[in-house]
Amino acid sequence: MFDLDKWHEIYLTLSRNKLRTFLTALGVSWGIFMLIIMLGAGKGLENGVMQGFGDFATNSLYVWTDGTTVPYKGLPAGRYFNLNNGDIDLLKRNVPEIETLAPRNQLNGYSEGNNVTYNNKAGTFEVYGDYPDFMKIQPKKLMQGRFLNDKDLKDSRKVAVIGKRVCDVLFAKDASPIGKYILINGVYFQVIGLFTTTGTSGMSARETEAIYIPFSTFQNAFHYGNIVGWFAITAKPEYKASMVEEKVKDVLKKSHQIAPNDDRAFGSYNSEKEFGQMTGVFSGIRWLTVFVGGATLLAGVIGISNIMLIIIKERTKEIGIKRALGATPANIMVQVMLESVILTFVAGYFGLVAGVGLLELVAWGLIEFQVEAEMFSNPSVDLAVALKALAALVVAGITAGLIPAYRTTKIKPVEALRAE
Amino acid sequence: MGDNKLHVLKGIDAHIREGELVSIMGSSGSGKSTLLNILGILDNYDSGEYLLNNTLVKDLSETKAAHYRNQFIGFVFQSFNLVSFKNAMENVALPLYYKGISRKKRNLMALEYLDKMGLRNWAEHMPNELSGGQKQRVAIARALITQPKVILADEPTGALDSVTSLEVMNILKDVNRQGITVIIVTHEKDISEMTQRVIRLRDGVIEN
Repeated sequence: MFDLDKWHEIYLTLSRNKLRTFLTALGVSWGIFMLIIMLGAGKGLENGVMQGFGDFATNSLYVWTDGTTVPYKGLPAGRYFNLNNGDIDLLKRNVPEIETLAPRNQLNGYSEGNNVTYNNKAGTFEVYGDYPDFMKIQPKKLMQGRFLNDKDLKDSRKVAVIGKRVCDVLFAKDASPIGKYILINGVYFQVIGLFTTTGTSGMSARETEAIYIPFSTFQNAFHYGNIVGWFAITAKPEYKASMVEEKVKDVLKKSHQIAPNDDRAFGSYNSEKEFGQMTGVFSGIRWLTVFVGGATLLAGVIGISNIMLIIIKERTKEIGIKRALGATPANIMVQVMLESVILTFVAGYFGLVAGVGLLELVAWGLIEFQVEAEMFSNPSVDLAVALKALAALVVAGITAGLIPAYRTTKIKPVEALRAE
Repeated sequence: MGDNKLHVLKGIDAHIREGELVSIMGSSGSGKSTLLNILGILDNYDSGEYLLNNTLVKDLSETKAAHYRNQFIGFVFQSFNLVSFKNAMENVALPLYYKGISRKKRNLMALEYLDKMGLRNWAEHMPNELSGGQKQRVAIARALITQPKVILADEPTGALDSVTSLEVMNILKDVNRQGITVIIVTHEKDISEMTQRVIRLRDGVIEN
């Protein structure tokens, strides 16, 4: 039932001392404002860092060889060995948990000075020999042409997919590199594709200083025989990358005569761990946010509770009159609770709107002025969080009203009427 | 009286019949206010019985007490005790609010009772815009609006000059003539002389 008198009275009570009501409300507004801002900023940080990962498969792992450290079957420790083409089929057969298997090789561009030239321009770039499948592990954004395909691999075609930086260095502005021949370590390759990355971090920018050629061509052209530099692998979604990593190493140990307990014979990197760490960091930030924001909010709520107690003290006589006229303790309690909930809710709502508004402004600013913040992107709070915050406010309002409301039931009409 | 073992009333044996106009007199400290509070169910008593309209009123819950007060008793106070932020009409209508009567209906009834008090034109005025006599008449209208069995008036003329006091007393006598029991607590002799019966209290017992 809509009870006009009740609302009118709430309005009168709260507006009788406007400054005090405002200051009290400010405590709650500030609390919810901070909570929203912190949640949004945390989300922005998370978005930024996760965007840095780009489409980089988060269940990927990489395995390469280091030297053996344990003698085995008459072979000494400290032996160096290489992965080879035979391992490709071996892994495919023995580790069914693998989704994508991409053997890779790399020319050490940095150590050999300028290694890539086109006409009279030269540059130093990383040159990789890759399977077409590698695109599934570290996707690139194609700007022109195409990526490597199975036919390139099978026929050992001398084709290359180059990164944007490579294009910028070797080719004139606005000139298309597609179909042109570039010289890599003395071998000509035809450019078939141009790519950029989907990530935003500094690491991603460096990724465009790379050239991809078919794996088979790489081995032939640069005299690698059947050597595989390392494997890039993704696990099937239902398996953990770390588990697959162990299994891959076990298979490779057998085929390369490595002692089963030689854990350092293979080097490996597992993005799952790093990703897991990041996820842990962000959930930590979130908890901290909720804790600090919640405490600020609590301080505001205690402020409201205090003010309600003062208001009741001031209204003791009025409460006494009403009690004499037939108001039950419940009547009075409801009134006090309502006042407290309304005050908290309205104050909180303004804080919420201000907080979301500021976040939107920042998000808009980042896009409008094209701020390339490496670790920060699209700060926001989702609707569910905002609604939860509002619900928390109502609960907070009720809690704030509880003690003062209970206090009113202790007021005896006689004493209240006596109070002057 | 509850926690403090101060015995204010030390044995009151009195019967006030329906429709009587009674005054309770006594000097301060005689226990007349305590007696009025008990009669008004504003306070509890330790021993004895208080029958209101043949119902035993003892150790009631606050909710029940509020209900009885609303139903049977109308209060008139020395200091009027109007709610300062409500206008005359809203003040008169207040007891009906706790009865759950709709706003429209109770405001109409309030106007009717204000009319009886000759304050129809003052309905929209706030208490601080009314004179003492007017305030007390508003308070009487408020006490009457629930059509109670008893009007309890605690020094109703204590804050008024003699002319206004007389006016207020005439209103109370009018109310009594309509069959409502009126009990007036006072220490003024000329007020008590206007009632049918005087109960004199001294040190917590009835004199004479």
